[in-house]
Amino acid sequence: TSNMKLILIFSALFGASLCLETFVGHQVLRIETRNEEEVKELQLLESQEHLELDFWINPSTPGLPVDVRIPANSVQAVKAFLESHGIEYSILIEDLQVVLDKEKQDMADSQQRERGSNSFNYGTYHSLDSIYAELDHLASEYSNIVSKLQIGESYEKRPLYVLKFSTGGRNRPAIWIDAGIHSREWVTQASAVWIAKKIASDYGKDPSITSLLNKMDIFLLTVTNPDGYVFTHTTNRMWRKTRSKNRGSPCIGVDPNRNWDAGFGENLCSSFAPTGPGASSNPCSDSYRGPSANSEVEVKSVVNFIKNHGNIRAFLTLHSYSQLLMYPYGYKCTEPADYAELDALGRAAASSIESLYGTTFTVGSICTTIYQASGGSIDWSYDYGIKYSFAFELRDTGRYGFLLPANQIIPTAEETWLGLKKIMEHVRDHPY
Amino acid sequence: AAMELPPSSYPASRAASLVAGYACYRRGGPGRGLALRAVRRAAIQDIDDVGHKYHLELVLEDMLDKDSTVNCTAEVLYHLGNKNIAPDVQFTIEGELKNTDEADNVFYKRIKSLEKELVAENIPDSHGNVSPEMEPIRLLAWVASGYVIWQNSTENTNFRLAQIKHVKQVKRSDEYLEFDYMILLHEMVSQEIIPWQMTVLWHPQHGVQVTQDSRQPKHASE
Repeated sequence: TSNMKLILIFSALFGASLCLETFVGHQVLRIETRNEEEVKELQLLESQEHLELDFWINPSTPGLPVDVRIPANSVQAVKAFLESHGIEYSILIEDLQVVLDKEKQDMADSQQRERGSNSFNYGTYHSLDSIYAELDHLASEYSNIVSKLQIGESYEKRPLYVLKFSTGGRNRPAIWIDAGIHSREWVTQASAVWIAKKIASDYGKDPSITSLLNKMDIFLLTVTNPDGYVFTHTTNRMWRKTRSKNRGSPCIGVDPNRNWDAGFGENLCSSFAPTGPGASSNPCSDSYRGPSANSEVEVKSVVNFIKNHGNIRAFLTLHSYSQLLMYPYGYKCTEPADYAELDALGRAAASSIESLYGTTFTVGSICTTIYQASGGSIDWSYDYGIKYSFAFELRDTGRYGFLLPANQIIPTAEETWLGLKKIMEHVRDHPY
Repeated sequence: AAMELPPSSYPASRAASLVAGYACYRRGGPGRGLALRAVRRAAIQDIDDVGHKYHLELVLEDMLDKDSTVNCTAEVLYHLGNKNIAPDVQFTIEGELKNTDEADNVFYKRIKSLEKELVAENIPDSHGNVSPEMEPIRLLAWVASGYVIWQNSTENTNFRLAQIKHVKQVKRSDEYLEFDYMILLHEMVSQEIIPWQMTVLWHPQHGVQVTQDSRQPKHASE
């Protein structure tokens, strides 16, 4: 079988590279045995050790092919033997070394192509290193509009990389998008990388993105919590928080989305149902807010970047799961001043998302839709003055939850992109 | 008097989620799981000295056939004060649920005829994969977790089954199938992942039963 051949070629190749054997002039013959007699003849041949025959398929039953590799200086003798006994054969491989050399070249070419071109599989989950390599790749392949910035370091000293999409200008109004602040929400980091590729490749082709980037910049933080992300790969797939040490506690990590300076640590009553926990003061809790606002370097780095930039006009953050599109507030249940506009825009974005695969998103404020939660990023950004602040909760609604199958990454990214685009177009058309 | 709630509000969705879990437990099996598709209407009633009663109109979907949905009306009473009493749930499903006798019997025979007891872990795995042979095992856990969720729900909780960490079949001399599960529940209000052990009995004619369950301690090292 051809599979068999491949396996054997590869093992020969492996062997060759290890033992520096060459197979110049070696031939591989396929012998069709018609009866027991012929099988016995071949088994006799097999026993001739000086011929150094290498049977890839041994003689056993008549009717089954026998494949044998013959060293160069045994070829004539074996052929003579077969012909004199009337045993039929065909030449599978004329010169094994030629085949091996070509194989080696093909493999090298393929590797070269992978390095040079984009064969990053967007439809699977990747390690942090693999994502970071792809960011570099995008920045180099689309260097006219994409550049990579480091905005800080995580607790365990991993770089926090932001991709900047810009067609020039100086400090243009900009849109901020982040993903993976909660490390177990894998579809968000995966979608963000796809979205990066989408923005880069659509510029100059899609009128909407082209006009957007001609006026505004986009900043995309694909992995906001790299320490947590690595931990979900190495140790605990369900890890949510950062990996910072907590003084006086064996428990590690702070919920980075309870750590922003917005109603930090407050627990205000909600309007029609008993309060749930807004953010915990217990370091062992998955919603531990941390010792103080911005205590987490990951959060502080984003805050610093946004403040230093000074011209961010939209703050969009990706989470999973639940299929929600939310605007402020989480730390209190009063409506934001721009409630009407944000709600309408949210609904329009949800409509766009639904238009692709029928995925329904519920729209509302954080406080009414999921829970009262203090210290959240979009509350901070909104109160800071960034009017268009939205939080997405991507697929699904609980069937797989955090463990969303990889075959849903691209559909999720595609539909989410439509929602993001809707919001970004509105931001572009409504400068403030 | 009952006050209307926006269907998208969290008190409504928490109560709805509870109903779905409970209904799934009562009607589900390895061949059928029910999940919440949408909340159509919700209302809350404050009953003095008793608790909060929710009136709900929901749509449930068949987990194995997303296009198959049924309407469901339900009432949930969360008892005041005493956190150890499970909420009262009453529900009615409009219409017929798909018959799963054939799939159930195939699964039953398959497990009964195993030489070695079934053992598996991490369903789904980190990448969301579930092998076809494990789907019924997974669905059974989903159904059984509906019971655990029901027993432990309050107005401040919203549980989902996050993952099966470990499942082990327990051989029985009678006709029932028994599985010992270690599951992870995701509690969405606190965002905690809670390990939970449950012993599940099933028989094609007798439905799903959780005979034993206990919350497990979280590992401090993680």
